[in-house]
Formats: sequence, structure tokens, C-alpha cells
Amino acid sequence: MREKFIEFRNVSFRYGDEQPWVLDNVSFEIYKDEWVAIIGHNGSGKSTIAKLMNGLLYPEQGEIIINGMPVNDEHVWDVRKQVGMVFQNPDNQFVGTTVQDDVAFGMENRGIPREEMEKRITEVLRSVRMEDYLLTEPHRLSGGQKQRVAIASVLAVKPDVLILDEATAMLDPRGRKEIMRTVSDIQAKNEISLITITHDLQEVVMAERVIVMNNGSVWDEATPRDIFAKKDELRKIGLDVPFIAVLADELKQNDLLIENEPLNHDELLEELWTLHLKM
Amino acid sequence: MDITFKDVTYIYQANSPFAHKALENLSFHIPSGSFVAVIGHTGSGKSTLIQHLNGLITPTEGTVQIGDYQINSDKKPENLKELRSRVGVVFQYPEHQLFDETVAKDIAFGPKNFGVSESEIQRRIKEIVPAVGLDEALLGRSPFDLSGGQMRRVAIAGVLAVKPEILVLDEPTAGLDPRGQREIMDMFSNLHKEQGLTTVLVTHSMEDAVKYADHVIIMNKGTKYMEGTPEEVFTQREALNKVQLDVPEMIQFINAFEERFGKTIPFKRQTVQALAKEIQQALKGAGSDE
Repeated sequence: MREKFIEFRNVSFRYGDEQPWVLDNVSFEIYKDEWVAIIGHNGSGKSTIAKLMNGLLYPEQGEIIINGMPVNDEHVWDVRKQVGMVFQNPDNQFVGTTVQDDVAFGMENRGIPREEMEKRITEVLRSVRMEDYLLTEPHRLSGGQKQRVAIASVLAVKPDVLILDEATAMLDPRGRKEIMRTVSDIQAKNEISLITITHDLQEVVMAERVIVMNNGSVWDEATPRDIFAKKDELRKIGLDVPFIAVLADELKQNDLLIENEPLNHDELLEELWTLHLKM
Repeated sequence: MDITFKDVTYIYQANSPFAHKALENLSFHIPSGSFVAVIGHTGSGKSTLIQHLNGLITPTEGTVQIGDYQINSDKKPENLKELRSRVGVVFQYPEHQLFDETVAKDIAFGPKNFGVSESEIQRRIKEIVPAVGLDEALLGRSPFDLSGGQMRRVAIAGVLAVKPEILVLDEPTAGLDPRGQREIMDMFSNLHKEQGLTTVLVTHSMEDAVKYADHVIIMNKGTKYMEGTPEEVFTQREALNKVQLDVPEMIQFINAFEERFGKTIPFKRQTVQALAKEIQQALKGAGSDE
């Protein structure tokens, strides 16, 4: 059995006594080393989940367990050491006066020795392709470059779980893809859990499991393939399906017997090839 | 109003050790009434380009002509304020610029500044609020109590309330969910048609460029790299890949299909339905060849 790393038990949350529930009786588990995508319309409760995971917010009802520890005043600092988070807006996340200082900041707080720090700075900046900007001041970076540095800064302290809360939303498509490739490499190598909160369908397809939020509740939990098979229902709750899944559906309307819910170009081409051999 | 850039160079912090050339010798012409997509890598000069469109910055060299207004290094137009009332810019994450007590006051701020009468402002608000997909019941609320998507719409309504003739959109759908993205882009597309606007859309989404634009400008390292209709530009995969850009996913699939089956399906901004039919026919054809 895979080891549980994050557990939400009947969690409800609202921003004030008179306010509507943002999360309503939400329960799920995320395992060590797993990649989970959380999707849902704006206001469905995705970002609140992220903030609850590292104790930026506490639930009004229910319990959140991270690596065996309940997230509360007693454990919140230990929890934060294990949960690294990168947010959407790169301008709110810079603390250092240079790229290198920014990456060093989190490590300094954790008392990592200087030699090790230097080694990690080079390593993580290379992994986000920002190694040529060691001494650059943050205001000289573009939004996408800042975000890559923010991801590097989190990776440098080697958390057990990395949460990307729409962290690639401001990158261009190629930059987005490269970051996601980098992040998935790191996740595979370091055995960390990865939680991506995103509207980007390509990112969702890369995950092992998808949690779909709708109006503060878990709407569904399944593999990307099973989730994207529910095309019409997803559209009804304001979400989209990948181009290939839409095309596969249209091909079925034209009497082409596509069977396996393809999610990428190769899978669909493979199906078409098999069909064409039978024609 | 049409837009013409002639040999525009822009240098940030010129004559200092930090001088940085953001635009170099940029020339293009956007006829009045076009919907233009400006696409380029992060740092390609897109944002610098659009800041020229309402005189936020003036070219270091060269000339920018917006309708009758000319902007060059030694001459800002005297009637800059008038230009700014005719060129509306929706910056990235415009909801960060909301500040007033109520939604209605926030929307009214722009037109008030440009001297529009109170009754005219109220009339415009009545018209614009439903057009951007907001409920009139929200007008008396604080904009800060709204959701991110609603705040974005309030900010957009504030720009539209000035009734610009040129609308400049800098990644207007970033961070919105898929339905929100579609609703906002459809709204801009309708406004563009109904009011005969000239629209300049800065985007990373090739899909949006294909769907909404009639002309595409690809920027790279501060210069114009390519220009043309979406069909002309997006079918040049190698040239786009060279500057780290991808072609729209439909074209990627058409290309992969051609490699696999040896059948060419031309890209003509067809719907997915139409593409499915063409694939089916191409497969039939491929079968009978053997």
C-alpha cells in the first residue's frame, strides 16, 4: 500500500461566520510520491485547499493530517518545512535582492551550511534554466523568469510535497511545458508528492490522478483518462477537455470506432492506424 | 483608428550602464477595424510595444502613428489625454488596479476623469455591466468582496466605459477558468464586431489567436519576426519552433497525421467537426490506395 502523506477528513471552511462555505465536507488522500492535479472553476475551493495544506488557513470543521501530523498551531512550522508552495503571482514571492539571494533565503532560514547552499543554488537554478541570472535583480526579470526562480527557491529546501497553485499561468506555452517537465523529473527523482492546481489541460493530463472540485465539494476523483471521458458533465461545471479528446469524440460521430479515450496525439494516431489497416 | 509603427526603437534607461534595447527597428501597420494578435516569447517586446499605443512611453527612435496622433522621441502629442480616451488598455491582471468603494464608482472613475457627464456615465454603466457578464446587483458592492473572475470583469468594464476606439488587451484571460476565458474572449470579439473597434490582443494562446484574430504579429527579441493571417503564420512550424513557439494544437495534429499517413489535410481554421470529417475521408482514401 502506498503511504498516505496528506489527508483531508471532512474538512469545511468559510472565510467568516456569515459567509458561504468555500469547502463543504471535503475528504481525500494524497500519497507519498504521487502527482495529483486539482481542477475546478474559479471559486470552486482549489486555492483554499492549498492554503489549508500548509496552515495558512485552518479548517472550521474536520481535520487535515500532513505526514501523520495534524495541521494546527503546534505543528504548523513542521508542516511548512515539508510543504513547499508556489503561487500564481510572481511579484508577490520575491524576497531577495538578487536571484541567488532569493534562492538562498529559504535555505538560510533552515540553517543549511553555506557550502551545501551554494551547491543547491547552482543545481536548482540549472533545473529551471536560470543559471545565467545568479546576480540579476528581480525587477529585471520577466514574469515567467521570476516564476522559475520562485520554483527553484522552493525546490532548494527539498520539501516533501510541492504545491503549484496556478504557478505556470503566466508563463508562455513553451516555458510552461519545460517547467512541467523539470518539475516532473524532480518529482520522480526525489520521491516528493506533487500537487498542481491548474486550468492547463496539458498539465492535468500529466498527473496520475485528478481531483475535480465543484462549488466547494469533491465532484470526482479518478485518472485523467476517466475524468476526461465525462466530457459533457465537465463542460457543465465550467471545465474543458483536451483537444484530442474532443477530436476523438467527433471522429466517433463519423463512424470511426475510437475505443480507448486517447489523451495525446500518439494515442489517437495509433488508434487511427489500427482502424485504417482494417479499412 | 489605424496604428502604424515606423522604425521604432525603444531603449530602457538609455545612456546608462543598464541600457536595454526592448524594441529595435519595429515597423508594422494595423488597419482600422482589424483584430490583431501579438504573440511572442516572454521578453520579446510585446509589453513594450503596447505601452507605445497610448503614449505611456515614447519611442527612443522612430515614429508611432495612432490615427491622427503622432508620437516620436521629441514630440509627445499635446492632446495625449484625448489619445488615451480613445485607446483603452486592459493590462495583465487588471483587477489589481481596482481601488474604489463600490463597483459602480470604480467603473465610473475612467470616464469621469475624461470629463464624461454623470448621466452619460450612468447610461454607459447600464449598457456595459451586462455586456461584461456582471449582475447589476453588484454595483453597490465593494469590488474587493467579489471573486477574481468578477473583479476582472469590473476592471474591464472600467476600460470599456471610456468608449475607446482601440482596445488593447494584454493577456486578458490569464488565470481564469476555461468557461471564464471563453466568455471574456467571446465578449471582446462581439464588442469588436458591434462597435467596429480596432483590437490588439497580446496572448500566449495560439488557439485564441486562430479563433479571434484576422492578423498575427510574431515578436522575437524586440523585432517583428513574422506577420500575416493566422493561416499564413501558423502553418510555418519550423520558423515558429526556432523562436520557441508552438503551432496551435490542431496544426500539430494535422502535421503528425500527415507524417503517419502521407495524407495532407490543409489548415483553414476549420472546426473540429470539419477536421474529423476530413480525417475520415483521408483514411478512406488511404485505404483504397493500397
